[in-house]
Amino acid sequence: MCGIVGLYLKTDRHEQQLGHLAALMLHEMRARGPDSAGFSIYDANAVRSDVTRITVLAESVEVDWEHVRSGLAAALATTVDVRPIHDHAVLETDGDGRAARQWLIDHQPQLDVLAYGKAIELFKAVGDPDGVADRFDLAKRAGTHVVAHTRMATESAITTNGSHPFSTGADTCLVHNGSLSNHNQLRERLEACGETFQTENDSEVAAGYLAWRLREGDSLEQALHGALDDLDGFYTLAIGVQDGFAVLRDAIACKPAVIAETDDWVAMSSEFRAIAQLPEVNDADVWEPEPATVYTWTRGAA
Amino acid sequence: MIAFDLFTTSLREVNQTLHAAGSGDFTIDNPQGAHALGCGIDAPLEVKINGPVGYYCAGMNQHANVSVIGNAGTGVAENMMSGTVRVSGNASQSAGATGHGGMLIIEGSASARCGISMKGIDIVVGGNVGHMSAFMAQTGNLIVLGDAGADLGDSIYEARIFVRGTVGGLGADCAEKEMRPRHLELLADRLTAARIEADPADFTRYGSARALYNFHADDIDHEEPGA
Repeated sequence: MCGIVGLYLKTDRHEQQLGHLAALMLHEMRARGPDSAGFSIYDANAVRSDVTRITVLAESVEVDWEHVRSGLAAALATTVDVRPIHDHAVLETDGDGRAARQWLIDHQPQLDVLAYGKAIELFKAVGDPDGVADRFDLAKRAGTHVVAHTRMATESAITTNGSHPFSTGADTCLVHNGSLSNHNQLRERLEACGETFQTENDSEVAAGYLAWRLREGDSLEQALHGALDDLDGFYTLAIGVQDGFAVLRDAIACKPAVIAETDDWVAMSSEFRAIAQLPEVNDADVWEPEPATVYTWTRGAA
Repeated sequence: MIAFDLFTTSLREVNQTLHAAGSGDFTIDNPQGAHALGCGIDAPLEVKINGPVGYYCAGMNQHANVSVIGNAGTGVAENMMSGTVRVSGNASQSAGATGHGGMLIIEGSASARCGISMKGIDIVVGGNVGHMSAFMAQTGNLIVLGDAGADLGDSIYEARIFVRGTVGGLGADCAEKEMRPRHLELLADRLTAARIEADPADFTRYGSARALYNFHADDIDHEEPGA
Protein backbone atom coordinates (compact mmCIF):
# COMPACT_ATOMS: atom_id res chain seq x y z
CA MET A 1 0.00 0.00 0.00
CA CYS A 2 1.57 3.36 1.08
CA GLY A 3 0.27 6.85 0.47
CA ILE A 4 2.01 9.55 -1.50
CA VAL A 5 1.42 13.26 -1.57
CA GLY A 6 3.14 16.09 -3.34
CA LEU A 7 2.25 19.77 -3.38
CA TYR A 8 4.11 22.18 -5.62
CA LEU A 9 3.30 25.88 -5.52
CA LYS A 10 3.48 27.60 -8.89
CA THR A 11 3.02 31.07 -7.40
CA ASP A 12 3.83 32.67 -4.04
CA ARG A 13 0.16 32.86 -3.04
CA HIS A 14 0.06 29.90 -0.62
CA GLU A 15 3.72 29.77 0.44
CA GLN A 16 2.96 30.66 4.08
CA GLN A 17 0.36 27.84 4.25
CA LEU A 18 2.42 25.22 2.44
CA GLY A 19 3.06 23.10 5.52
CA HIS A 20 -0.52 23.46 6.71
CA LEU A 21 -1.87 22.24 3.36
CA ALA A 22 0.66 19.40 3.23
CA ALA A 23 -0.34 18.29 6.74
CA LEU A 24 -3.99 18.13 5.64
CA MET A 25 -2.98 15.98 2.70
CA LEU A 26 -0.80 13.69 4.80
CA HIS A 27 -3.64 13.25 7.30
CA GLU A 28 -5.90 11.86 4.56
CA MET A 29 -3.28 9.27 3.62
CA ARG A 30 -2.94 7.80 7.13
CA ALA A 31 -5.10 4.78 6.28
CA ARG A 32 -2.80 3.89 3.38
CA GLY A 33 0.30 4.03 5.57
CA PRO A 34 -0.14 3.91 9.33
CA ASP A 35 3.37 2.58 10.13
CA SER A 36 5.49 5.64 9.58
CA ALA A 37 5.69 8.85 7.64
CA GLY A 38 8.08 11.43 6.32
CA PHE A 39 8.24 14.64 4.37
CA SER A 40 10.66 16.76 2.41
CA ILE A 41 9.94 20.45 2.51
CA TYR A 42 11.60 22.79 0.03
CA ASP A 43 11.99 26.53 0.07
CA ALA A 44 13.24 27.49 -3.37
CA ASN A 45 13.14 31.17 -2.34
CA ALA A 46 15.69 30.60 0.40
CA VAL A 47 18.39 29.22 -1.90
CA ARG A 48 21.73 30.92 -1.33
CA SER A 49 24.91 29.85 -3.04
CA ASP A 50 26.83 29.82 0.25
CA VAL A 51 24.35 27.87 2.42
CA THR A 52 23.88 24.13 2.24
CA ARG A 53 21.67 22.35 4.77
CA ILE A 54 22.16 18.71 5.68
CA THR A 55 19.40 16.88 7.55
CA VAL A 56 20.62 13.97 9.64
CA LEU A 57 18.84 11.39 11.79
CA ALA A 58 20.17 9.90 15.02
CA GLU A 59 17.72 7.06 15.62
CA SER A 60 17.77 5.64 19.16
CA VAL A 61 21.24 6.99 19.96
CA GLU A 62 22.51 9.88 22.07
CA VAL A 63 24.56 12.18 19.92
CA ASP A 64 26.97 14.89 20.95
CA TRP A 65 25.94 17.36 18.25
CA GLU A 66 28.77 19.74 19.12
CA HIS A 67 31.22 16.90 18.44
CA VAL A 68 29.56 16.17 15.07
CA ARG A 69 29.51 19.88 14.20
CA SER A 70 33.16 20.49 14.99
CA GLY A 71 34.28 17.30 13.25
CA LEU A 72 32.43 18.22 10.07
CA ALA A 73 33.72 21.81 10.24
CA ALA A 74 37.29 20.54 10.49
CA ALA A 75 36.78 18.09 7.61
CA LEU A 76 35.28 20.76 5.34
CA ALA A 77 37.70 23.43 6.61
CA THR A 78 34.82 25.86 7.06
CA THR A 79 32.07 26.77 9.50
CA VAL A 80 29.13 24.52 10.36
CA ASP A 81 26.08 25.32 12.48
CA VAL A 82 23.85 22.69 14.03
CA ARG A 83 20.14 22.85 14.87
CA PRO A 84 18.86 19.69 16.65
CA ILE A 85 15.14 18.90 16.16
CA HIS A 86 14.08 15.85 18.23
CA ASP A 87 16.14 12.94 16.89
CA HIS A 88 17.02 14.89 13.74
CA ALA A 89 19.40 17.78 13.25
CA VAL A 90 19.93 20.27 10.46
CA LEU A 91 23.57 21.15 9.82
CA GLU A 92 24.21 24.36 7.93
CA THR A 93 27.45 25.12 6.13
CA ASP A 94 28.98 27.05 3.27
CA GLY A 95 31.01 23.95 2.46
CA ASP A 96 30.32 21.31 -0.18
CA GLY A 97 27.17 19.34 0.53
CA ARG A 98 28.16 16.12 -1.18
CA ALA A 99 31.50 16.06 0.63
CA ALA A 100 29.70 16.73 3.91
CA ARG A 101 27.29 13.85 3.29
CA GLN A 102 30.12 11.45 2.51
CA TRP A 103 32.16 12.53 5.56
CA LEU A 104 29.15 12.01 7.84
CA ILE A 105 28.47 8.55 6.37
CA ASP A 106 32.14 7.57 6.72
CA HIS A 107 32.84 9.09 10.15
CA GLN A 108 29.49 9.24 11.97
CA PRO A 109 28.01 5.78 11.37
CA GLN A 110 25.43 6.30 14.13
CA LEU A 111 23.78 8.93 11.90
CA ASP A 112 21.69 8.59 8.76
CA VAL A 113 22.13 11.46 6.32
CA LEU A 114 18.58 12.05 5.11
CA ALA A 115 19.16 14.88 2.66
CA TYR A 116 21.39 17.74 1.68
CA GLY A 117 20.91 20.76 -0.50
CA LYS A 118 20.13 24.44 -0.63
CA ALA A 119 16.34 24.18 -0.48
CA ILE A 120 15.49 20.81 1.13
CA GLU A 121 14.93 19.69 4.71
CA LEU A 122 13.73 16.10 5.28
CA PHE A 123 12.10 14.52 8.34
CA LYS A 124 10.84 11.00 8.91
CA ALA A 125 9.76 8.83 11.81
CA VAL A 126 7.96 5.66 12.80
CA GLY A 127 4.40 6.05 14.05
CA ASP A 128 1.14 7.73 13.20
CA PRO A 129 1.61 10.17 10.31
CA ASP A 130 -0.24 12.97 12.16
CA GLY A 131 2.15 12.55 15.07
CA VAL A 132 5.15 12.72 12.77
CA ALA A 133 3.81 15.90 11.17
CA ASP A 134 3.22 17.41 14.63
CA ARG A 135 6.65 16.47 15.97
CA PHE A 136 8.41 18.24 13.13
CA ASP A 137 5.99 21.20 12.96
CA LEU A 138 4.98 20.51 9.38
CA ALA A 139 1.81 22.63 9.61
CA LYS A 140 3.78 25.72 10.66
CA ARG A 141 6.34 25.55 7.88
CA ALA A 142 6.38 27.81 4.84
CA GLY A 143 8.02 26.96 1.56
CA THR A 144 7.52 26.23 -2.11
CA HIS A 145 6.97 22.47 -2.33
CA VAL A 146 6.51 19.32 -0.31
CA VAL A 147 6.86 15.65 -1.05
CA ALA A 148 5.53 13.31 1.65
CA HIS A 149 4.72 9.69 2.31
CA THR A 150 2.79 7.42 4.65
CA ARG A 151 4.19 3.91 4.82
CA MET A 152 2.69 0.46 5.13
CA ALA A 153 5.84 -1.66 5.11
CA THR A 154 5.59 -4.77 2.95
CA GLU A 155 9.13 -5.82 2.05
CA SER A 156 11.27 -4.60 4.93
CA ALA A 157 10.97 -3.75 8.61
CA ILE A 158 9.16 -0.76 10.10
CA THR A 159 12.14 1.47 10.82
CA THR A 160 12.80 5.15 10.47
CA ASN A 161 15.51 4.69 7.90
CA GLY A 162 13.18 2.49 5.86
CA SER A 163 10.69 5.36 5.74
CA HIS A 164 10.34 7.76 2.85
CA PRO A 165 11.26 10.20 1.35
CA PHE A 166 14.67 9.03 0.15
CA SER A 167 17.37 11.36 -0.98
CA THR A 168 20.99 10.71 -1.94
CA GLY A 169 21.78 13.72 -4.16
CA ALA A 170 21.60 17.47 -3.78
CA ASP A 171 18.02 18.71 -3.31
CA THR A 172 16.69 15.55 -5.01
CA CYS A 173 14.23 13.28 -3.25
CA LEU A 174 11.45 10.87 -4.03
CA VAL A 175 8.59 8.99 -2.43
CA HIS A 176 7.57 5.65 -3.87
CA ASN A 177 4.45 3.51 -3.85
CA GLY A 178 5.28 0.10 -5.25
CA SER A 179 8.27 -2.22 -5.30
CA LEU A 180 11.31 -2.53 -7.53
CA SER A 181 12.56 -5.94 -8.63
CA ASN A 182 15.99 -5.00 -9.96
CA HIS A 183 17.19 -2.82 -7.10
CA ASN A 184 20.07 -5.04 -6.00
CA GLN A 185 21.63 -5.10 -9.44
CA LEU A 186 20.99 -1.40 -9.92
CA ARG A 187 22.46 -0.59 -6.50
CA GLU A 188 25.72 -2.31 -7.46
CA ARG A 189 25.79 -0.44 -10.75
CA LEU A 190 25.24 2.90 -9.03
CA GLU A 191 27.81 2.18 -6.31
CA ALA A 192 30.32 1.57 -9.09
CA CYS A 193 29.41 5.05 -10.36
CA GLY A 194 30.08 6.64 -6.96
CA GLU A 195 26.67 6.60 -5.26
CA THR A 196 26.54 5.77 -1.55
CA PHE A 197 23.50 4.07 -0.01
CA GLN A 198 22.56 3.83 3.65
CA THR A 199 19.71 1.30 3.60
CA GLU A 200 18.68 -1.96 1.91
CA ASN A 201 15.52 -0.27 0.67
CA ASP A 202 14.54 -0.50 -3.01
CA SER A 203 13.20 3.05 -3.08
CA GLU A 204 16.55 4.48 -1.99
CA VAL A 205 18.03 2.93 -5.13
CA ALA A 206 15.50 4.81 -7.27
CA ALA A 207 16.49 8.04 -5.49
CA GLY A 208 20.16 7.23 -6.08
CA TYR A 209 19.46 6.56 -9.74
CA LEU A 210 17.94 10.02 -10.24
CA ALA A 211 20.73 11.66 -8.22
CA TRP A 212 23.33 9.94 -10.42
CA ARG A 213 21.62 10.91 -13.70
CA LEU A 214 21.18 14.54 -12.59
CA ARG A 215 24.79 14.73 -11.40
CA GLU A 216 25.92 13.43 -14.79
CA GLY A 217 24.15 16.37 -16.42
CA ASP A 218 20.73 15.01 -17.35
CA SER A 219 17.74 17.30 -17.18
CA LEU A 220 14.98 16.09 -14.86
CA GLU A 221 13.01 14.93 -17.93
CA GLN A 222 16.00 13.01 -19.29
CA ALA A 223 16.65 11.37 -15.92
CA LEU A 224 13.02 10.26 -15.68
CA HIS A 225 13.00 8.86 -19.22
CA GLY A 226 16.10 6.93 -18.20
CA ALA A 227 14.27 5.65 -15.12
CA LEU A 228 11.49 4.25 -17.33
CA ASP A 229 14.13 2.13 -19.07
CA ASP A 230 16.20 1.19 -16.02
CA LEU A 231 13.75 0.74 -13.13
CA ASP A 232 12.03 -2.64 -13.23
CA GLY A 233 8.97 -3.10 -11.04
CA PHE A 234 5.91 -1.28 -9.88
CA TYR A 235 6.11 2.36 -9.07
CA THR A 236 4.28 5.59 -8.72
CA LEU A 237 6.88 8.19 -7.80
CA ALA A 238 6.59 11.79 -6.65
CA ILE A 239 9.90 13.59 -7.02
CA GLY A 240 11.19 16.88 -5.69
CA VAL A 241 14.19 18.83 -6.95
CA GLN A 242 15.44 22.27 -5.93
CA ASP A 243 12.98 24.23 -8.05
CA GLY A 244 10.84 21.50 -9.54
CA PHE A 245 8.45 18.62 -9.06
CA ALA A 246 7.75 15.48 -11.07
CA VAL A 247 5.49 12.44 -11.20
CA LEU A 248 6.30 9.13 -12.86
CA ARG A 249 4.38 5.84 -13.11
CA ASP A 250 5.54 2.54 -14.57
CA ALA A 251 4.03 1.15 -17.77
CA ILE A 252 1.45 -1.01 -15.98
CA ALA A 253 0.42 1.82 -13.62
CA CYS A 254 -1.31 -0.33 -11.01
CA LYS A 255 -0.24 1.97 -8.16
CA PRO A 256 -2.78 4.77 -7.94
CA ALA A 257 -2.15 8.42 -8.66
CA VAL A 258 -4.21 11.51 -9.25
CA ILE A 259 -3.04 15.01 -10.12
CA ALA A 260 -4.88 18.29 -9.69
CA GLU A 261 -3.64 21.61 -11.01
CA THR A 262 -4.73 25.23 -10.72
CA ASP A 263 -2.96 28.46 -11.68
CA ASP A 264 -1.40 28.51 -8.20
CA TRP A 265 -0.51 24.91 -7.43
CA VAL A 266 -0.15 21.36 -8.62
CA ALA A 267 -0.95 18.54 -6.22
CA MET A 268 -0.44 14.83 -6.59
CA SER A 269 -1.65 12.04 -4.35
CA SER A 270 -2.50 8.36 -4.24
CA GLU A 271 -6.14 9.30 -3.76
CA PHE A 272 -8.27 12.34 -4.49
CA ARG A 273 -9.40 12.72 -0.88
CA ALA A 274 -5.94 14.05 -0.03
CA ILE A 275 -6.46 16.81 -2.57
CA ALA A 276 -10.13 17.50 -1.78
CA GLN A 277 -9.48 20.26 0.76
CA LEU A 278 -6.93 22.34 -1.14
CA PRO A 279 -7.92 25.94 -1.96
CA GLU A 280 -9.95 26.39 -5.16
CA VAL A 281 -9.90 22.63 -5.74
CA ASN A 282 -13.27 22.81 -7.43
CA ASP A 283 -11.68 24.86 -10.22
CA ALA A 284 -8.71 22.51 -10.60
CA ASP A 285 -7.99 20.33 -13.60
CA VAL A 286 -8.00 16.79 -12.23
CA TRP A 287 -6.55 13.82 -14.10
CA GLU A 288 -4.71 10.57 -13.68
CA PRO A 289 -1.12 10.53 -14.87
CA GLU A 290 -0.67 8.17 -17.81
CA PRO A 291 1.58 5.12 -17.54
CA ALA A 292 5.21 5.53 -18.62
CA THR A 293 4.76 9.28 -19.06
CA VAL A 294 7.00 11.95 -17.56
CA TYR A 295 5.28 14.89 -15.83
CA THR A 296 7.41 17.79 -14.60
CA TRP A 297 6.82 21.28 -13.28
CA THR A 298 9.46 23.93 -12.79
CA ARG A 299 8.90 27.19 -11.02
CA GLY A 300 9.17 30.32 -13.09
CA ALA A 301 10.80 28.38 -15.91
CA ALA A 302 11.04 30.37 -19.09
CA MET B 1 -36.20 13.21 -0.39
CA ILE B 2 -33.57 12.62 2.28
CA ALA B 3 -30.47 14.82 2.17
CA PHE B 4 -27.12 13.98 3.73
CA ASP B 5 -24.05 16.16 4.17
CA LEU B 6 -20.85 14.18 4.72
CA PHE B 7 -19.40 17.18 6.59
CA THR B 8 -21.92 16.45 9.34
CA THR B 9 -23.01 12.81 8.86
CA SER B 10 -20.61 9.88 8.93
CA LEU B 11 -20.03 7.71 5.89
CA ARG B 12 -21.16 4.66 7.85
CA GLU B 13 -24.44 6.30 8.84
CA VAL B 14 -25.15 7.26 5.23
CA ASN B 15 -24.43 3.75 3.95
CA GLN B 16 -26.49 2.12 6.70
CA THR B 17 -29.45 4.35 5.86
CA LEU B 18 -29.17 3.42 2.18
CA HIS B 19 -28.98 -0.28 3.07
CA ALA B 20 -32.06 -0.07 5.26
CA ALA B 21 -34.20 1.88 2.79
CA GLY B 22 -36.57 0.02 0.49
CA SER B 23 -37.23 2.98 -1.76
CA GLY B 24 -36.87 6.74 -1.88
CA ASP B 25 -34.76 9.62 -3.17
CA PHE B 26 -31.49 10.59 -1.51
CA THR B 27 -28.92 13.32 -2.06
CA ILE B 28 -25.43 13.30 -0.58
CA ASP B 29 -23.36 16.48 -0.45
CA ASN B 30 -19.65 16.99 0.22
CA PRO B 31 -18.38 13.46 -0.41
CA GLN B 32 -14.77 14.83 -0.55
CA GLY B 33 -13.49 11.68 -2.25
CA ALA B 34 -14.78 9.31 0.45
CA HIS B 35 -14.43 5.58 -0.26
CA ALA B 36 -17.20 2.99 -0.55
CA LEU B 37 -20.01 5.54 -0.73
CA GLY B 38 -23.29 3.89 -1.68
CA CYS B 39 -21.73 0.44 -1.73
CA GLY B 40 -24.06 -2.54 -1.40
CA ILE B 41 -27.41 -0.87 -2.08
CA ASP B 42 -30.06 -3.55 -2.68
CA ALA B 43 -33.25 -1.58 -3.44
CA PRO B 44 -34.65 0.68 -6.19
CA LEU B 45 -33.36 3.94 -4.70
CA GLU B 46 -32.58 7.18 -6.51
CA VAL B 47 -29.26 8.44 -5.15
CA LYS B 48 -27.56 11.65 -6.25
CA ILE B 49 -24.05 12.41 -5.01
CA ASN B 50 -22.89 16.00 -5.43
CA GLY B 51 -19.11 15.97 -5.67
CA PRO B 52 -16.13 13.68 -6.23
CA VAL B 53 -16.16 10.17 -4.77
CA GLY B 54 -13.31 7.81 -3.83
CA TYR B 55 -12.92 4.09 -4.34
CA TYR B 56 -15.70 1.58 -5.08
CA CYS B 57 -18.60 4.03 -5.19
CA ALA B 58 -21.89 2.14 -5.75
CA GLY B 59 -20.03 -1.17 -5.73
CA MET B 60 -22.22 -4.28 -5.80
CA ASN B 61 -25.21 -2.10 -6.65
CA GLN B 62 -28.55 -3.86 -7.16
CA HIS B 63 -31.63 -2.04 -8.45
CA ALA B 64 -30.61 1.53 -7.52
CA ASN B 65 -29.94 4.46 -9.82
CA VAL B 66 -26.87 6.26 -8.51
CA SER B 67 -25.52 9.42 -10.11
CA VAL B 68 -22.26 11.13 -9.23
CA ILE B 69 -21.89 14.79 -10.14
CA GLY B 70 -18.11 14.83 -10.28
CA ASN B 71 -15.23 12.39 -10.72
CA ALA B 72 -15.08 8.84 -9.36
CA GLY B 73 -12.11 6.97 -7.93
CA THR B 74 -10.96 3.39 -8.49
CA GLY B 75 -13.57 0.70 -9.09
CA VAL B 76 -16.77 2.70 -9.48
CA ALA B 77 -19.76 0.29 -9.76
CA GLU B 78 -17.42 -2.63 -9.16
CA ASN B 79 -19.32 -5.91 -9.33
CA MET B 80 -22.62 -4.14 -10.04
CA MET B 81 -25.53 -6.58 -10.41
CA SER B 82 -28.31 -4.32 -11.75
CA GLY B 83 -29.48 -0.73 -11.78
CA THR B 84 -27.66 2.29 -13.19
CA VAL B 85 -24.59 4.24 -12.12
CA ARG B 86 -23.85 7.50 -13.93
CA VAL B 87 -20.71 9.59 -13.45
CA SER B 88 -20.75 13.11 -14.87
CA GLY B 89 -16.96 13.48 -14.79
CA ASN B 90 -14.07 11.06 -15.21
CA ALA B 91 -13.54 7.69 -13.58
CA SER B 92 -10.34 6.18 -12.27
CA GLN B 93 -9.05 2.71 -13.03
CA SER B 94 -11.09 -0.51 -12.98
CA ALA B 95 -14.45 1.18 -13.56
CA GLY B 96 -17.22 -1.41 -13.69
CA ALA B 97 -14.79 -4.22 -12.87
CA THR B 98 -16.39 -7.69 -12.71
CA GLY B 99 -19.87 -6.15 -13.15
CA HIS B 100 -22.60 -8.72 -13.70
CA GLY B 101 -25.44 -6.49 -14.87
CA GLY B 102 -26.96 -3.05 -15.01
CA MET B 103 -25.43 -0.06 -16.77
CA LEU B 104 -22.48 2.17 -15.90
CA ILE B 105 -22.33 5.46 -17.79
CA ILE B 106 -19.21 7.60 -17.54
CA GLU B 107 -19.77 10.89 -19.32
CA GLY B 108 -16.08 11.79 -19.20
CA SER B 109 -13.18 9.39 -19.62
CA ALA B 110 -12.23 6.24 -17.74
CA SER B 111 -8.63 5.31 -17.05
CA ALA B 112 -6.85 1.96 -17.10
CA ARG B 113 -8.58 -1.42 -16.97
CA CYS B 114 -12.13 -0.16 -17.52
CA GLY B 115 -14.45 -3.17 -17.53
CA ILE B 116 -11.77 -5.63 -16.41
CA SER B 117 -13.33 -9.08 -16.09
CA MET B 118 -16.81 -7.71 -16.80
CA LYS B 119 -19.49 -10.41 -16.60
CA GLY B 120 -22.59 -8.92 -18.19
CA ILE B 121 -22.58 -5.23 -17.33
CA ASP B 122 -23.04 -2.55 -20.00
CA ILE B 123 -20.46 0.24 -19.77
CA VAL B 124 -20.83 3.40 -21.84
CA VAL B 125 -17.93 5.88 -21.78
CA GLY B 126 -18.37 9.30 -23.35
CA GLY B 127 -14.64 9.96 -23.57
CA ASN B 128 -11.64 7.63 -23.70
CA VAL B 129 -10.66 4.48 -21.84
CA GLY B 130 -7.13 3.71 -20.63
CA HIS B 131 -4.87 0.77 -21.27
CA MET B 132 -5.92 -2.86 -20.77
CA SER B 133 -9.62 -2.05 -20.78
CA ALA B 134 -11.95 -5.08 -21.00
CA PHE B 135 -9.07 -7.32 -19.88
CA MET B 136 -10.46 -10.89 -19.58
CA ALA B 137 -13.96 -9.50 -20.18
CA GLN B 138 -16.42 -12.36 -20.15
CA THR B 139 -19.72 -10.95 -21.35
CA GLY B 140 -21.53 -7.64 -21.60
CA ASN B 141 -20.83 -4.55 -23.70
CA LEU B 142 -18.11 -1.89 -23.42
CA ILE B 143 -19.03 1.11 -25.55
CA VAL B 144 -16.43 3.87 -25.97
CA LEU B 145 -17.22 7.10 -27.81
CA GLY B 146 -13.63 8.30 -27.69
CA ASP B 147 -10.38 6.38 -28.02
CA ALA B 148 -9.15 3.21 -26.31
CA GLY B 149 -5.63 2.82 -24.91
CA ALA B 150 -3.12 0.03 -25.47
CA ASP B 151 -3.91 -3.68 -25.16
CA LEU B 152 -7.67 -3.35 -25.52
CA GLY B 153 -9.55 -6.56 -24.77
CA ASP B 154 -6.52 -8.63 -23.82
CA SER B 155 -7.50 -12.27 -23.23
CA ILE B 156 -11.15 -11.40 -23.82
CA TYR B 157 -13.88 -14.03 -23.68
CA GLU B 158 -17.32 -13.24 -25.10
CA ALA B 159 -17.83 -9.58 -24.18
CA ARG B 160 -18.36 -7.10 -27.01
CA ILE B 161 -16.37 -3.90 -27.39
CA PHE B 162 -17.48 -0.97 -29.53
CA VAL B 163 -15.09 1.94 -30.08
CA ARG B 164 -15.87 5.06 -32.09
CA GLY B 165 -12.35 6.53 -32.00
CA THR B 166 -8.92 5.03 -32.35
CA VAL B 167 -7.51 2.03 -30.54
CA GLY B 168 -3.98 2.24 -29.13
CA GLY B 169 -3.52 -1.46 -29.76
CA LEU B 170 -5.39 -4.73 -29.38
CA GLY B 171 -4.45 -7.16 -26.62
CA ALA B 172 -3.82 -10.86 -27.05
CA ASP B 173 -6.64 -12.65 -28.85
CA CYS B 174 -8.70 -9.50 -29.40
CA ALA B 175 -9.73 -8.83 -32.99
CA GLU B 176 -11.71 -6.34 -35.04
CA LYS B 177 -15.05 -7.80 -36.09
CA GLU B 178 -17.75 -7.11 -38.60
CA MET B 179 -20.63 -4.85 -37.52
CA ARG B 180 -23.75 -6.82 -38.39
CA PRO B 181 -27.28 -5.39 -38.33
CA ARG B 182 -27.96 -6.93 -34.94
CA HIS B 183 -24.86 -5.27 -33.52
CA LEU B 184 -26.05 -1.90 -34.83
CA GLU B 185 -29.42 -2.54 -33.19
CA LEU B 186 -27.83 -3.57 -29.94
CA LEU B 187 -25.60 -0.50 -29.91
CA ALA B 188 -28.50 1.84 -30.72
CA ASP B 189 -30.50 0.29 -27.88
CA ARG B 190 -27.69 0.69 -25.34
CA LEU B 191 -26.88 4.25 -26.38
CA THR B 192 -30.54 5.19 -26.01
CA ALA B 193 -30.68 3.55 -22.59
CA ALA B 194 -27.56 5.51 -21.61
CA ARG B 195 -29.06 8.76 -22.95
CA ILE B 196 -25.90 9.26 -25.01
CA GLU B 197 -26.17 10.52 -28.57
CA ALA B 198 -24.01 8.81 -31.17
CA ASP B 199 -24.48 7.08 -34.51
CA PRO B 200 -23.92 3.30 -34.16
CA ALA B 201 -22.57 3.22 -37.71
CA ASP B 202 -19.53 5.23 -36.57
CA PHE B 203 -18.31 2.46 -34.23
CA THR B 204 -16.01 -0.49 -34.81
CA ARG B 205 -16.67 -3.76 -33.03
CA TYR B 206 -13.96 -5.81 -31.32
CA GLY B 207 -14.16 -9.19 -29.67
CA SER B 208 -12.42 -12.46 -29.06
CA ALA B 209 -10.55 -14.17 -31.90
CA ARG B 210 -11.21 -17.33 -29.86
CA ALA B 211 -7.74 -18.66 -30.41
CA LEU B 212 -6.43 -18.26 -26.86
CA TYR B 213 -8.87 -20.22 -24.74
CA ASN B 214 -10.54 -23.60 -25.21
CA PHE B 215 -13.54 -22.35 -27.07
CA HIS B 216 -16.45 -24.64 -27.83
CA ALA B 217 -19.43 -23.32 -29.78
CA ASP B 218 -21.70 -25.39 -27.56
CA ASP B 219 -20.69 -23.36 -24.55
CA ILE B 220 -22.42 -20.20 -25.71
CA ASP B 221 -25.81 -19.33 -27.02
CA HIS B 222 -25.57 -15.66 -27.93
CA GLU B 223 -23.03 -15.73 -30.75
CA GLU B 224 -22.65 -18.07 -33.68
CA PRO B 225 -19.12 -19.47 -34.08
CA GLY B 226 -16.76 -17.05 -35.69
CA ALA B 227 -19.16 -14.12 -35.36
